[in-house]
Amino acid sequence: MSKKLFYVLAAPLAAVGVALIISSLVLLIAGANPFSAYSNMWEFGTRLETIIETLNRATPLYLSGIAVAIGFRMNLFNIGIEGQYVLAAIIAAKVGAEINLPPVLHVLVIILTAMAVGAFWSGLAGFLKVTRNVHEVISTIMLNAIAVAGVVSYLLSVWDVPDASLDTALKAIPESGWMPSLNGWVEVFTRDIKRVELWGFILVAVVVGVVYHVLINRTRIGYDLRASGENPTAATASGTDPKKMIMTAMVLGGAVAGLVGLPELLGSSHAYNLRFTQQLGFAGIAVALLGRNHAVGIAIGAFVFGWLDRASGVLEVRGDAPREIVAIMQGVIILAAVVAYAVVERKRRAEEASAAAAATAAAKPPDQVSVEEGGAS
Amino acid sequence: MASAVLLDGITKRFPGVIANDKVHLDVAPGEIHAICGENGAGKSTLMKILYGMQRADEGRMLVNGEEVTFHSPKDAIALEIGMVHQHFMLADNLTVLENVILGSEPTNRGVIDFAEARRHILEVGEAYGLTIDPDDLVENLEIGERQRVEIIKVLFRGAKILILDEPTAVLVPQEVEELFRNMRELKVEGHTILFIDHKLDEVLEIADTITVIRAGKTIDTVKPEDVTAQDLAELMVGSELPTPETRESTVTDHVVLEAIKATADDDLGSPKLRGVTLKVHKGEILGIAGVEGNGQAELVEAIIGMRPLTGGSISLENEIMKGWSVRRRREAGIGYIPEDRIRRGLLSSFPLWENAMLGHQSMEPFVRNGFWITADSARDHTKKVVEQFGVRTPSVEVAAHALSGGNQQKLIVGREMSADVSLLIAAHPTRGIDVGAQAAVWEELRHARAAGLAVVLVSADLEELIGLSDRLVVMLRGDLVAELDPAAVTPRDLGAFMTGASVQGGGES
Repeated sequence: MSKKLFYVLAAPLAAVGVALIISSLVLLIAGANPFSAYSNMWEFGTRLETIIETLNRATPLYLSGIAVAIGFRMNLFNIGIEGQYVLAAIIAAKVGAEINLPPVLHVLVIILTAMAVGAFWSGLAGFLKVTRNVHEVISTIMLNAIAVAGVVSYLLSVWDVPDASLDTALKAIPESGWMPSLNGWVEVFTRDIKRVELWGFILVAVVVGVVYHVLINRTRIGYDLRASGENPTAATASGTDPKKMIMTAMVLGGAVAGLVGLPELLGSSHAYNLRFTQQLGFAGIAVALLGRNHAVGIAIGAFVFGWLDRASGVLEVRGDAPREIVAIMQGVIILAAVVAYAVVERKRRAEEASAAAAATAAAKPPDQVSVEEGGAS
Repeated sequence: MASAVLLDGITKRFPGVIANDKVHLDVAPGEIHAICGENGAGKSTLMKILYGMQRADEGRMLVNGEEVTFHSPKDAIALEIGMVHQHFMLADNLTVLENVILGSEPTNRGVIDFAEARRHILEVGEAYGLTIDPDDLVENLEIGERQRVEIIKVLFRGAKILILDEPTAVLVPQEVEELFRNMRELKVEGHTILFIDHKLDEVLEIADTITVIRAGKTIDTVKPEDVTAQDLAELMVGSELPTPETRESTVTDHVVLEAIKATADDDLGSPKLRGVTLKVHKGEILGIAGVEGNGQAELVEAIIGMRPLTGGSISLENEIMKGWSVRRRREAGIGYIPEDRIRRGLLSSFPLWENAMLGHQSMEPFVRNGFWITADSARDHTKKVVEQFGVRTPSVEVAAHALSGGNQQKLIVGREMSADVSLLIAAHPTRGIDVGAQAAVWEELRHARAAGLAVVLVSADLEELIGLSDRLVVMLRGDLVAELDPAAVTPRDLGAFMTGASVQGGGES
């Protein structure tokens, strides 16, 4: 068991180690002192407020990572999370602002709307693949452009509410459609939190993570998905319908992608506006890679990326280095992780093979005995 | 005269297992030397050591009388040793010519000299009777032709000692003959050939000397004229072996599978099944013989539901399966042992217990209510399969790719037979596996028949077909052209029907 744990931990730890070394070099080249940079980041990053902000950042990253991972699990490269969530966010914001419902129900309707829009937009790519054999990378890239540059820009201009502020924004969602902050709960265990609020949507993200894990590993749908990803021909021979699998993966991934914009929408902005956070879809790809498509791994990946994003602000404030240095760190972590995973996987496979070979060698004399005992049941 | 290759006391250990244990191998120059042994006996490791892909922990290696140490295949190639791998290493989208020169391109002032390359390849091809068009795309070649490209590739690099790793595993009988012809030519030209094989009749036909390896040790070196196939098999597994013979008939008149004038197209839309009509009864093994590519694969796919019929019908237990999905057919009781286990039958990186579910993942004991995977009972079931069918593995958590081919196949056979099936489709169930596993699979097929299953057996191994089948049909160009009594037919007769030289009802031509 400890060996298993070693294999699980070896790669990410090695990746972070390598990333630290390379980042230090970059910092040195940039004329900064890596030790002071790291210690400043650490000091700032371990503050309760920064951690809350990190969690707020990690929540959408996590959802985005899960959305990507669902596709990855069956070898579908759904890079359309970006378009799916931005489109879902604006439509959910509009629906949320236009309706009036009691608190919990209101939020629920917004969530379901966002999931439906995400699923629909992602499903388009699935439909194109199933009917016209269009590769999902091509179609999702195109759908991203159509959604973000086309539909969302258009909707934003149409739905913009002219008001005193010159801000381009939709009408705000009434308070019944907000997700309460979790500060009260956190403060029970810690101290008073200043300025920032822990968005309640993190609980939804946890539920999504659990459902993802159970669905993929403990249900037939998940098995069919994984089997199709591992070996489509064998999966077809086993009775899975490849087209149905593609649609399932795309629709499920899209539904989760639809949630990516909601932590911000329901937790703080309460309206879709020009400043709404974008690019989370692409970050999700990195997070899914780092987390190896595993529910917990993705959570760690999302936290690391979120933390780097948040803690890096201090670099500029303290004059250590430009905060963009963090983008280099994130990139290096991904590269190092991919390499480390491959190395560890190779080693694990080799050991497994020799263990199996050892079992073969040990079990002499061979077949005859077992054959005579065996029978059709 | 010094031996072309002399391996003395070669030992190679992997963590937890000794792959080669003081192996001794003496190959005379200009001979065809076969290395026989079960899967996992250590043949491939030995060849990899000789080709410089792995280093021995102990022992000496002499090539042409000189002691050598190889650090990589480059060193081996420099000493004119070449290897043709079992899994071809060709780029599909390049031509034969490009593939052959890949990595050792003749250049003229830095530019690839295609004219020179072409001349050289044709020369090599002609010298050894290896005919092939250098401008064909590799993806359009038959398996046998691809193998020829691999051999030319090795010769192009000047190899005098050739290592062929299970060259016949992927070939149909006609291609095997062609290969053997090439091998004899090469021998005449003074090449030394080392080849790995476990099809004993082939070994006896082509080899000048045979070395048998079992569990990493050299068991014996024999001359083919001194031994029978049975002797060899016993040397390989260390005990007596059953033969593929069915005992008393268990055939009933209950029809399980019936095809009526079934027609189907291949992927490109040209007809591959031209009105196949057949019946398989409970307790019967129906053998389907035929040269590969005559519609057997399409027939199997049509029965399992992966290929739609264009006409006619196929019914299971008197129910026409028109429009049934693969899953529905599986649930209705069709078991399937695919011909290409890696591509069709396994999820390589999944643990064995998840592989044991494949094809039955909608049914108990693997899932509850058709939805929740019941991992515990799936594991228990897999353990039973592993035990009953003699799959050698440390546990059911091991990934499928860690097992040898024979053990993978035993797992697949066990999986299909331990499920609740009434019809079993076995496509080349013993292809590429060693004699021990082969005997186990045969035994299981007999058990299946005795237990009242209807079995469709498609095979290229004529002994297997004749030995196991209750009834034999021959497929030619998408149609069944003959029905034969396996008790009264010889492989030679069968071969004549398969190639169309004989026609049933008419006389021998």
